[in-house]
Amino acid sequence: MTSKLAADKVSAWYGTKKAIEDISIEFEEHSTSAIIGPSGCGKSTLIRCLNRLHETVPKARVEGHVLLDGKDVYEDDPVAVRRRVGMVFQKANPFPTMSVYDNVAAALRLNGVRDRKALDGVVKRSLEKAALWDEVKDSLGKPGVSLSGGQQQRLCIARALAPEPEVLLMDEPCSALDPIATAKIEDLIFDLKKDYTVVIVTHNMQQAARVAETTAFMYLGHLIEVGATRELFERPKETLTESYITGRFG
Amino acid sequence: MAFPFRRGARRARLHPTGSSWGDTLFRAGSGAAGVAVLALLGLIAIVLTVNAAPSLRTFGLGFLVSGEWNPVTNQFGALPFIYGTLLTSALALLLGVPVSLGIAIFVSELAPPSIRIPLTYVVELLAAVPSVVYGLWGIYVLVPLLAGYVAPALQGSLGFLPVFQGTIYGTNLFTAGVILAIMIIPTVSAVTRDALTAVPQNQREAALSLGATRWESIRIGVLSYARSGIFGAVMLGLGRAFGETMAVTMVIGNRNAISVSWFAPAQTLSSLIANNIREALGTDLYLGAVVELGLVLMLVALLINVFARLMVWRFLGTTEGLE
Repeated sequence: MTSKLAADKVSAWYGTKKAIEDISIEFEEHSTSAIIGPSGCGKSTLIRCLNRLHETVPKARVEGHVLLDGKDVYEDDPVAVRRRVGMVFQKANPFPTMSVYDNVAAALRLNGVRDRKALDGVVKRSLEKAALWDEVKDSLGKPGVSLSGGQQQRLCIARALAPEPEVLLMDEPCSALDPIATAKIEDLIFDLKKDYTVVIVTHNMQQAARVAETTAFMYLGHLIEVGATRELFERPKETLTESYITGRFG
Repeated sequence: MAFPFRRGARRARLHPTGSSWGDTLFRAGSGAAGVAVLALLGLIAIVLTVNAAPSLRTFGLGFLVSGEWNPVTNQFGALPFIYGTLLTSALALLLGVPVSLGIAIFVSELAPPSIRIPLTYVVELLAAVPSVVYGLWGIYVLVPLLAGYVAPALQGSLGFLPVFQGTIYGTNLFTAGVILAIMIIPTVSAVTRDALTAVPQNQREAALSLGATRWESIRIGVLSYARSGIFGAVMLGLGRAFGETMAVTMVIGNRNAISVSWFAPAQTLSSLIANNIREALGTDLYLGAVVELGLVLMLVALLINVFARLMVWRFLGTTEGLE
């Protein structure tokens, strides 16, 4: 088993409040892993520790190790880490003052890419990967925020894919979308694992079942169970997991 | 599910007559307040125009382009004062806005809470200092400092520019620009800070998650999001610089002529009005000219505002934050 990304005894705090405790989990290369659990269980906090975003919140703190290709990201430069580990957020957050094109090109421009041809190529490729190209190819100059909600979220996915990250973290990417837009994004996630290691946080168990090979269940800041998605839903080992997936709480 | 009220009773509760009266009153009251603002503006314009009538009749549009201001020969022209007002305000923005942005960014994005809160209070306190106090401070501290050290240094290094040439006077246009810059900093930085703190956290995180550094995330995630708010802050600062009278009068030197050198005394529209109104009372044409300067000041401020808004529409393609 080749694990692309792994958390090793990770704990995280907001001030004095401990959000997650002692979590160890591995994510395989070119696979999709889902993290499920009730609201407030710490699933978002966990993936925000993976790209070192958690520590940017005032008074937030992390302990433990996160290994990307076996190297601890907490001993690396956070900016370099985030260029290899992209992220898509719960609420679509395109830059409102930028066009569709400029949103997708943002990360490359940060890296100093100025060549228009190179940018054109990356913008097209990223929008294609995000299954948005056909819908926006004639309106690349329009503001990113003029798109519909589902399109904006796919724009954010294209923006995250543009710098060619190795890992893509998705924090409840469909929670603000209607069923049709959700279906589009789920199809997309299914395709993305060919090239990327995808970790998706969701409170929607059906979604986890549809897109992920591996699923982890978290509860009250603890990792309760990890397993092959089918296995976890059909024969959970822990009673807590079973209670959750059968809808007895959460 | 049975509803515990009779149908009629429910309607009565939703639309009680008392609150409908309140609605009418409230609408009339706030409507009147809104109309009053327009009426006030109109009245000011009318009173100024009526009192300026002798000057308007005598000089016509020539008033705006004539550089001569001589009460003895009854020759009046506004050009030196329009020039002084525009240039001191431009200097104030040039020097004050970068500092204000720096303060706002530091307070909203970088400072730890233990520094942020006291700093916010101190900056807002500066806005409450009366302008005559700024003027006194200007005379006793700023004038000797600028004329003794800063102006000679500028003349030494950038002396090839005509604006830095010539005799260095103590009270001059440059000093007025600097004091205006200091006076607009509290307003511009406080309003900018509000615009920056209103930027949603997810914009900063979007930039950070793309591998932006701290500064890059402030630039693409925060400043660009808040740009119309920042623009509004700058316009407020400009408004203050335009109208500021007392402190400017105390340090500008009050000479009714245009000089190329920034180190020469000058005059602004508002400082001239303050200096001459008492003397002008009783002479129709003189008073008319002074009042017409007030009209010009209003007009220039209005034009600059309209122009700035047009620029925002043109370049930013947005009307947000301008309503």
